Amino acid sequence: MATVEDRQFRIEPFPGGTPGNLRLVEDGRLPDYDVVGTRPIRHDGTDKVTGRARYGADIKLSGLLQGYVLRSPHAHARIKSIDTSKAAEVPGVHAVCTNADMPSADHRAGDLGEGIVDWYHLNQNVLASDKVLYTGHAVAAVAADSVHIAEEAARLIEVEYEVLTPVLDVREARTADAPVLNDDVRTDLQPAGEQGDTPTNVAKHFHYEKGDVDAGFAAAELVIEREFTTKTVHQGYIEPHTATALWSPDGKITVWTSTQGSFMIRMQVAELLGVPISKVKVVPMEIGGGFGGKIAVYLQPVAAVLSKLSGRPVKLNMDRSNVFDATGPTPGSYMKVKIGVDADGMITAGEAELLFEAGAFPGSPINPGCMCVFACYDVPNGRIDGYDICVNKPRSNAYRAPGSTHVAFATETIVDEICEARGICPVEFRLKNAVKEGDERVDGVTYPPIGMWETIKAVELSDHWQSSLDGPNRGRGIASGFWFNFGGNSVVTATVNEDGTVSLIEGSTDIGGTRAAVAMQLAEILGIAAEDVTPTVVDTDSIGHTDVTGGSRTCHATGLAAIKAAEDIQAQLCQRAAMLWDVEADQVEYDGRATLSGPEGKTISFQEIAGKLTQTGGPVVGRGSVNADKHGGAFGTHIADVEVDPDTGKVQILRYTVVQDVGTAIHPSYVEGQMQGGAAQGIGWALNEEYHYGDDGHLHNATFLDYRIPTCYDLPDIETIIVEVPNPGHPFGVRGVGEVPIVPPPAAMANAIYRAAGVRMRSLPMSPPKVLHELLASDE
Amino acid sequence: MPRVHIPAPARDLTGGEVELEVEATSVRRLIGALDERYPGFAERVLEDGELKPGLRVAVDGHISAMGLLAQLEPDSQVHFLLAIGGG
Repeated sequence: MATVEDRQFRIEPFPGGTPGNLRLVEDGRLPDYDVVGTRPIRHDGTDKVTGRARYGADIKLSGLLQGYVLRSPHAHARIKSIDTSKAAEVPGVHAVCTNADMPSADHRAGDLGEGIVDWYHLNQNVLASDKVLYTGHAVAAVAADSVHIAEEAARLIEVEYEVLTPVLDVREARTADAPVLNDDVRTDLQPAGEQGDTPTNVAKHFHYEKGDVDAGFAAAELVIEREFTTKTVHQGYIEPHTATALWSPDGKITVWTSTQGSFMIRMQVAELLGVPISKVKVVPMEIGGGFGGKIAVYLQPVAAVLSKLSGRPVKLNMDRSNVFDATGPTPGSYMKVKIGVDADGMITAGEAELLFEAGAFPGSPINPGCMCVFACYDVPNGRIDGYDICVNKPRSNAYRAPGSTHVAFATETIVDEICEARGICPVEFRLKNAVKEGDERVDGVTYPPIGMWETIKAVELSDHWQSSLDGPNRGRGIASGFWFNFGGNSVVTATVNEDGTVSLIEGSTDIGGTRAAVAMQLAEILGIAAEDVTPTVVDTDSIGHTDVTGGSRTCHATGLAAIKAAEDIQAQLCQRAAMLWDVEADQVEYDGRATLSGPEGKTISFQEIAGKLTQTGGPVVGRGSVNADKHGGAFGTHIADVEVDPDTGKVQILRYTVVQDVGTAIHPSYVEGQMQGGAAQGIGWALNEEYHYGDDGHLHNATFLDYRIPTCYDLPDIETIIVEVPNPGHPFGVRGVGEVPIVPPPAAMANAIYRAAGVRMRSLPMSPPKVLHELLASDE
Repeated sequence: MPRVHIPAPARDLTGGEVELEVEATSVRRLIGALDERYPGFAERVLEDGELKPGLRVAVDGHISAMGLLAQLEPDSQVHFLLAIGGG
């Protein structure tokens, strides 16, 4: 059998794309599908481009009240008392609520599928009663005839605080004399370790070890150890958080909201308000971006409580400052990483110490950070220690491949330094050290079929890598990254209509074109056109439990459910055809081209039999329900060309290419869109984005004017090369695609900046002042 | 016989053993067998008879949706991992 190195590849345009949309093709291997891999117009496209799509803030209800949330002016303070009496007396005010209006919560763990939440901490994050732990922490809320009345009344709420010293840096927060945010937090050694017994800000310590680390470093010819820092950054979704709730007299709660997971919102609202999930219906509106930040509840329980108190529906909207001040950023970090290589340029050992900001309550993505830090390479000996540390910033939340971007910045920068020191081409180094099927990560998990090596091969063959980059102050860098992806629960029902079309019902919020990608998988199985499937996202009373649109899971898992629904339809239609032909069902075949075949040359098309459902037993409804667990991981490698202005430190991107193993691209345009969008966010994280806190814990740049995300003026047309190493855990080979493209950009940019300007950047963001500082320091 | 990877923080119980062969047909039985051999192991991974909150079991590299009920084949490889939240 040929080894991976013997296989022959070429780069070619991906059909239907623009000139910059390419794919890696292995000789003799091309997917053979009718619908999968094509680019139909998305089913929700017209509503989106004409402005008719309804987002969370668009909901209007009879008697709707507007709400306003009072937030803490302090980063760290104990709440001594809250007096809402003056606010309640303001004309036009219908309800005022505090944490006391919610049921008390205890320290039970809630399993949100992809992660765990402590219900007490979530309760305190929604409305604080004991302490406020960051500026913007919600304390009370008002519902009134208008938002202006509600805001005016909220300002009359008297909160007496005992102001405490904030702690903002992870290294400071883990010292013995640091102010402790949560008296109930103990260090939990994981996985399968024991818990400490003293209050601390260090909520978790993850420890992974493989092989003989000391011997591995002793065998190395070159060992490089470096320290890195990254700043707190926000997901930067365009649509602020919003929630509208109606608590009916019969005890049923309906919530309209923009969320990545309506069932997760249902679970959290029910738990925090002490009602059964059957009493809560969540209606997912269209979502204007989430990236991990729209899974946890903020406003939803508060709107419900205000509705209960007022007897009317209540809407709460955040403004942009609220979003920055009080919703989940991804953590800032401190990282120390060490890698050793032998004389042949093979990695002999790796070691990492990672400190992530949890924010106000435990729960940073430190564990995936630990598991990703050496995930791209075959590291025979490794030791990883990661710490989840509370600081006086908003409770951190997921952000696209949570934790992986941080650690890739460290590892991939050191890899580049090793390549330079050893005189090895960065592509050659990665081809030699890339993980392949059967390799074991430091956490012990063995890889199934994966495409890390193939992404490097695609880089090597690409026009971008092979082109020259001339001119002063210009440089090229590459970096790789990994993300696990996820499977989880998804349900689809699909009804065959008499005209030969199919109505598809799903519970996955549409992000990035998932309606189309799910519909296409059903269409492929049935052999009909994607346009003949009408996908609809419905509320939690109308479909079975479906996990979040996150973790790069939807196209994989909800796609699997759609495939099962299609197969169910096939089986039922075979029975109907058997009835028409008076034969046994097992004598009928559905050939995948929308034709059913029976004995003696009998055939009937999908469209024809769809018109005969009433006479053969009634409507046909296919059902698919999965808890998928073979999602397959994804790797990406990026190439960045930059020019550094030596006078200002500004970094201009000249050319950028994203290479990624996607398993199989269902709708290439949306895959390319994810690759480009992820890269754009990663570039923003790399070059400009950061929370600016004062020493008092106040956030100084809580607007898009001062928190600078990249715009089209900052980015070139990002080129894409799709690599398709099929995931054996999916009939079409689908892997998740949405997260891994954010991982490599900071390291790719740092490596390019080094080649351009000769300075190693080990602190994000690499903004003009910081680059200029390094340039000036290097001149001294 | 199924092989189980012992998480680094639990190797104090196994005398430093990293990987063990355990005769078991399900994850629940595997934990029981490990606890018999290394008392205290079950306490590290179970709470009220279920996997501790956030703890997951990977069988053959895939986090199993079945948890303790996951069935094991003679050549299965088992890992204890923490839930990974995506974005």
